Amino acid sequence: MIPLLIYIAIFVASYYVVTKVVHHAARNDYTSLKTVTFGDESAVRPNRVASVVSILSLFLLWGMFTGSALLPRVLHMPGPYQGLATFEYTAETPDGQRDTATVNVLVHPVDQDVEPPEVEPGEGWAKNDSATIGVWRSGLIRVDRNDEVGRAEGAKVIMVNGEPIQPGGEVQTEFGRVGMSPKGTLNFEPAKGWQMEPIWLPPPEAVARRVVEIAREGFRGSTLWEHLGFSLFRVVVGFVLGALVGIPLGYAMGLSDWFRGWFDPIVEFMRPVPPLALIPLVIIWAGIGEIGKIVLLFLAALWIMAIAARSGVSGVSISKVHAAYSLGASKRQIMRHVIVPNSLPEIFTGARVAMGVCWGTVVAAELVAAEKGAGMMIMVASKFQNTDIVIMGIILIGIIGFGIDMLMRWAERILVPWKGKG
Amino acid sequence: MSGLAIENISMRFDLPDGNSVQALKDVSLHLKEGELMSVLGPSGCGKTTLLNIVAGFLAPTEGQIVMNGHTVQGPDAERGMVFQQGALFEWMSVRQNVGFGPRMKGMPKHDMAETVDHLLNVVGLQDFKDKAVYELSGGMQQRVALARCLANDPDVILMDEPLGALDALTREKMQSLVLKLWKETGKTIILITHSVEEALLLGERLLVMAPRPGRIHKEYRLPFADMGVGQDLREVKKHPDYAPTREEILAMIWDMEEEIMGRTEVAGA
Repeated sequence: MIPLLIYIAIFVASYYVVTKVVHHAARNDYTSLKTVTFGDESAVRPNRVASVVSILSLFLLWGMFTGSALLPRVLHMPGPYQGLATFEYTAETPDGQRDTATVNVLVHPVDQDVEPPEVEPGEGWAKNDSATIGVWRSGLIRVDRNDEVGRAEGAKVIMVNGEPIQPGGEVQTEFGRVGMSPKGTLNFEPAKGWQMEPIWLPPPEAVARRVVEIAREGFRGSTLWEHLGFSLFRVVVGFVLGALVGIPLGYAMGLSDWFRGWFDPIVEFMRPVPPLALIPLVIIWAGIGEIGKIVLLFLAALWIMAIAARSGVSGVSISKVHAAYSLGASKRQIMRHVIVPNSLPEIFTGARVAMGVCWGTVVAAELVAAEKGAGMMIMVASKFQNTDIVIMGIILIGIIGFGIDMLMRWAERILVPWKGKG
Repeated sequence: MSGLAIENISMRFDLPDGNSVQALKDVSLHLKEGELMSVLGPSGCGKTTLLNIVAGFLAPTEGQIVMNGHTVQGPDAERGMVFQQGALFEWMSVRQNVGFGPRMKGMPKHDMAETVDHLLNVVGLQDFKDKAVYELSGGMQQRVALARCLANDPDVILMDEPLGALDALTREKMQSLVLKLWKETGKTIILITHSVEEALLLGERLLVMAPRPGRIHKEYRLPFADMGVGQDLREVKKHPDYAPTREEILAMIWDMEEEIMGRTEVAGA
């Protein structure tokens, strides 16, 4: 809730700062002269400052709530309490005698081994105690263990820091919460602050360190590049096979009654089936090896490419075909010089969609079962609570997916410059 | 028999709702080589259907098209076609578009380049030959379409409202160009148009068609096309016969349109 509010605050504040206070860079193109921009979609251009602020504020929030070393300390959200915590408890014997003793708890980082602090036993029958508890953890403290009159003799803890407590109740101290179990044992939970524990969300620099570490040393017997490369390899092979079968199939469906009738029900049925739903069947049939993955990606790409090629053919304006015939072209020449080039823009659009779907599907398939791959990496890491590897994997998967899309767009611009110009 | 003979063409087809349409009924005419005929008529009179039959894209239910002594069975390079718009291949440059026909025939590269350069000169696009066609204006695109058709050296050129999508000024220029090409190449041309003025200016023969069923209503033989060759078309319009003929044809087409509207109202009532 708090991160969301901060995010909204940054959104609103940066909007006012950027649009109202900072003066606009003088632009004098056509769009800048439009007075009606609300409702004119072509006049809405992404504000690049907003994009930069948006990304930065995500990292800022991430750093603030994880105590990142990249940020100055003032920006950190209150962290968990760490150090020596103390509280007092008051015990009462069955015959009404009360005595008070101090508990010293050393709250230490979880990955450190520490000795309990040494304390003087103190006066009276209730003795001072000491204990250690990891940051973000909690622990039972048997305060009566060293007392002269303990629980076995009928003594009960009745107050903490002077406030009454009973079984099931709790008392807030400046160092954290002291609770009492139903049986009367105290437990202490040091204040957790607002930061996320690294096991839920590691700070950005920890993720960056992991990237470097895994890029250097690999993960589970394969290098990072092998993991990513295997995923990409599967996508490319599956997509190429799907295109090699799907495009001719789509052309046949666009050019022949019989093919259209024969394959229409199959394609129309298979298209809405999400490729992920095929994973179990593919595993049963082809196992969890490369064959199974490639079959799955082949199926994911096949229908998309077939439909793209079919609509590419049906998108040929009849006057182009007529013109080509009356210029003396044969069927073969019409196919080669009119239908194929005319359908290329559609096929490229289909290929972009198919590559995106394949990339998503391969990661999902690797989550289920794989020995190598980006999905396998984050799945295994999550089983060991290696959240930094999980986040690293997600970021890398996102970057690669984005890169694939950029690459396809670039290829489209170079190879089919006539797209949308017909 | 040379030229183009349209012999007793009828065209009737079924609609999905079970009714059938008589698009053309008993249309006959003969075009001599080198004749320029414009075809005019209200929408739905079957003029485009007739053109598609002549081109060979549609088979008539009765009658036949005879061209240079043989019956037309399908599209062929001897009958070139110019469409209203969008029939250029946008994945090819201007030069490739114009050279399409010769290339399909397997003409040697050198001859092809010569033909293309010559025709681009004729239509005034010599400076645009390496442009992509979508970079050209509408008028220039239609020049490319004309040149592409001529590059194939057809006997007959069929034009389906080739200037319909152009603005008035460009249109006038293009009308002069069509006349010039007609005179220089001596091609037989059938030109379909919606514009009475265009039909008058570009029709050595002018065919007015009537709808329901599509048929020939009246035919004119006009002097304006010959007069317009190499002359400002605005001068042609000052000819004493021009305005009366235009009014006559306009009135004829108005009557037909009104008849259709009236009939629709009766059918609706």
